[in-house]
Amino acid sequence: MNPDALASFALSAPQIEILAIAMVTAVGCALVGSFLMLRRLAMLSDAISHSILPGIVVAFFVVKDLASPWLVLAAAATGVLTVFLVELLHRSGRLKEDAAIGLVFPALFSLGIVLITRYAGNVHLDTDAVLLGELAFAPFDRLLVAGRDLGPRHLWVMGGITLLNLAAVTVFFKELKLATFDAGLAATLGLSPALIHYGLVTLVSLTAVGAFDAVGLILLVALMIAPPAAAYLLTDRLHWLLVVACGLGALAAALGYGAAAALDASIAGSMAVASGLVFGVIFLVAPRRGLLAEVARRRRQKWEFAQTMLAIHLAQHEGDADEEEESREDHLRGRHVGWTPAFTARVVSLAERRGLVTRAGERLHLTELGRGAAAKALAR
Amino acid sequence: MLALGIGALSALATDYTLRTVALGSAALGLVSGALGAFAVLRRQSLLGDAVSHAALPGIVLAFLLTGSKAPLVLVVGAALTGWLASLLVLLIVRASRIKLDSALGIVLSSFFGLGLVLLSLAQRHAGASQAGLDRFLFGQAAALVGADLVTMAGLGALVLAALLLFWKEFKLLSFDAAFAGSLGLPVRRLEVVLTSLLVLAIVIGLQTVGVVLMSAMIVAPATAARQWTDRLGRLVLLAGAFGALAGLVGALLSSLVPRLPTGPTIVLAITAIAVLSLLFAPQRGLVAARLRAARQRRRLQVDAVLADLYRLAAQHPEPAAAPHAAAVLRAMSERHGVLRSLGRLAETGLAREDADGRWRLTPAGVAAGRRLAETGAPGAEPGSGEP
Repeated sequence: MNPDALASFALSAPQIEILAIAMVTAVGCALVGSFLMLRRLAMLSDAISHSILPGIVVAFFVVKDLASPWLVLAAAATGVLTVFLVELLHRSGRLKEDAAIGLVFPALFSLGIVLITRYAGNVHLDTDAVLLGELAFAPFDRLLVAGRDLGPRHLWVMGGITLLNLAAVTVFFKELKLATFDAGLAATLGLSPALIHYGLVTLVSLTAVGAFDAVGLILLVALMIAPPAAAYLLTDRLHWLLVVACGLGALAAALGYGAAAALDASIAGSMAVASGLVFGVIFLVAPRRGLLAEVARRRRQKWEFAQTMLAIHLAQHEGDADEEEESREDHLRGRHVGWTPAFTARVVSLAERRGLVTRAGERLHLTELGRGAAAKALAR
Repeated sequence: MLALGIGALSALATDYTLRTVALGSAALGLVSGALGAFAVLRRQSLLGDAVSHAALPGIVLAFLLTGSKAPLVLVVGAALTGWLASLLVLLIVRASRIKLDSALGIVLSSFFGLGLVLLSLAQRHAGASQAGLDRFLFGQAAALVGADLVTMAGLGALVLAALLLFWKEFKLLSFDAAFAGSLGLPVRRLEVVLTSLLVLAIVIGLQTVGVVLMSAMIVAPATAARQWTDRLGRLVLLAGAFGALAGLVGALLSSLVPRLPTGPTIVLAITAIAVLSLLFAPQRGLVAARLRAARQRRRLQVDAVLADLYRLAAQHPEPAAAPHAAAVLRAMSERHGVLRSLGRLAETGLAREDADGRWRLTPAGVAAGRRLAETGAPGAEPGSGEP
């Protein structure tokens, strides 16, 4: 490889910073997203990420500063309010939870958009930035303390939120685990389900606010849900799920950023596509729960079932008057069992290979193993 | 508000563009409302969200591949990716342990992300001619022209005709899919047809409402209509009517008021209709339910006081001639509003107040109290509450 090609792979300092922000964001999202996914609240992340917009806008009108911590608080509060409204509607018994979500977040989001376009047309808060993020400009926004450049501000913000998520998940691991997998038992043991639920929702809202600069509101759901869902296909252990989800999230962020840089395309969009692709690949090839493994298992089960049927058929007729007739392979092909010739040949040869039957011309004999298999299947 | 309404009406009568916009928005509301009724009944409220987001890459791809911005071309692209997305969601849910909500989130975000990538590529490489495409994000009814209207009306008519044609099948599918299967209906195929119609209904609205907010036009009209009726036919009609109304109002407002984006305005209009319906619908409305509950509680309180008074009176040889103080009743039942309940009993002729402020049952009241005690109504256990 010549030095020029190598140089084109080397990242510039701003690119490294962008990549770092993207990966830290992905890890923070995966940490809380895992619990949303397990609690079947994935679409709540979509709802929260949309509906924090009016919170951000209103707080911006008040403090006139996009970097103010008040924006973060106001937006996080709006996120929690969204969940509260959804539950209020759901509890009224008038509509299902998914319909409640579908009613609340477009309304709040619309409110935010109307506020922006009507009253904030000429300030630095346009819909594109809110929706799509502007990660490409993040390296220009530095955190300066006493005149010293400490790095991009977003890296500090997202790093802080991710550390907060990590601390919360570590400290309350047992509580979150119990409340997620057995809410009833958690409540019996004195853990308040509402407290845990709203604690989680608060973290999700905070993460959404922090990430909105980086990936925009709409693509947040990609980083929150796709990596944990992919990890869910790989492991049954919660702590491994969290670790794998964080790793896959960071991987998707890096792949997405690389593709965006290569194609000169939207970074946020590219990261979302990468998350989806990472999930797609694992969905296909995951060892036990992937689509291919599932198809293979169903096929194997079909043949195993047919072999068992063969063994049962032979066992039923052992020693009765029709034994000679019923135990012939050509009989199986006939109308009595209704198997096609090819299917019959395959089943018989598979059963022979497994040692369930032996063959003498067209006549099939059940082995001891085959007799056992038939008995076991019938006893079940 | 009134002046705005009159202005809107006169403008509607004279302005061709405005009429196009209003008609288009009303048509979109009608179709998405009607199809949304089925989506909400079948608990697929959020499928609309995934489908509408997934339409974006289709729109941009159709443009990049054909170079055309004809409404029919873009709509076909949108429908194809939207449809693909809905199938992918079903595949993920059926073939793995991923739940519906996660599948929706993944498909929605990655398709939308692809749309954004393609959009940014179109912007950077295909020159300025793509400028019309980002209006699909939030919709722009003002940009509707005659050709759009023809496309929307044609597709809308197609969707509604299919809905009428398969009415009985879809009805059965929505309420009892297992029974539909046992009758020999091709449930899987009907589901695909219904979902495809939903995709079409969503695609029709994208130009006006935009991919981000279109899901509201599926969920909100049906939610509003559900509060007013228990019949499927009326539900679908009402949802269509609410959707059309919101489309009309939203499009007109956004055309007349400067810097008011169309999609969000329509969504706020339909949300207002839904919230008003949730609150004030006569049977299922929350206000009506609250009033009913209050009336019920009031009646129980009156019954309880009647039972207490009867229990006291029954200790005497002549029940109707045994007055008791309200304070005693209050002590017995610890309920608020004892005097109000006594007043209510007096109004119905079951009790009356003596000159000294003590209360006694009338003969009718004694009979009513006995009936209450014998049928085991609340607060009438014998042997308790000795004075």
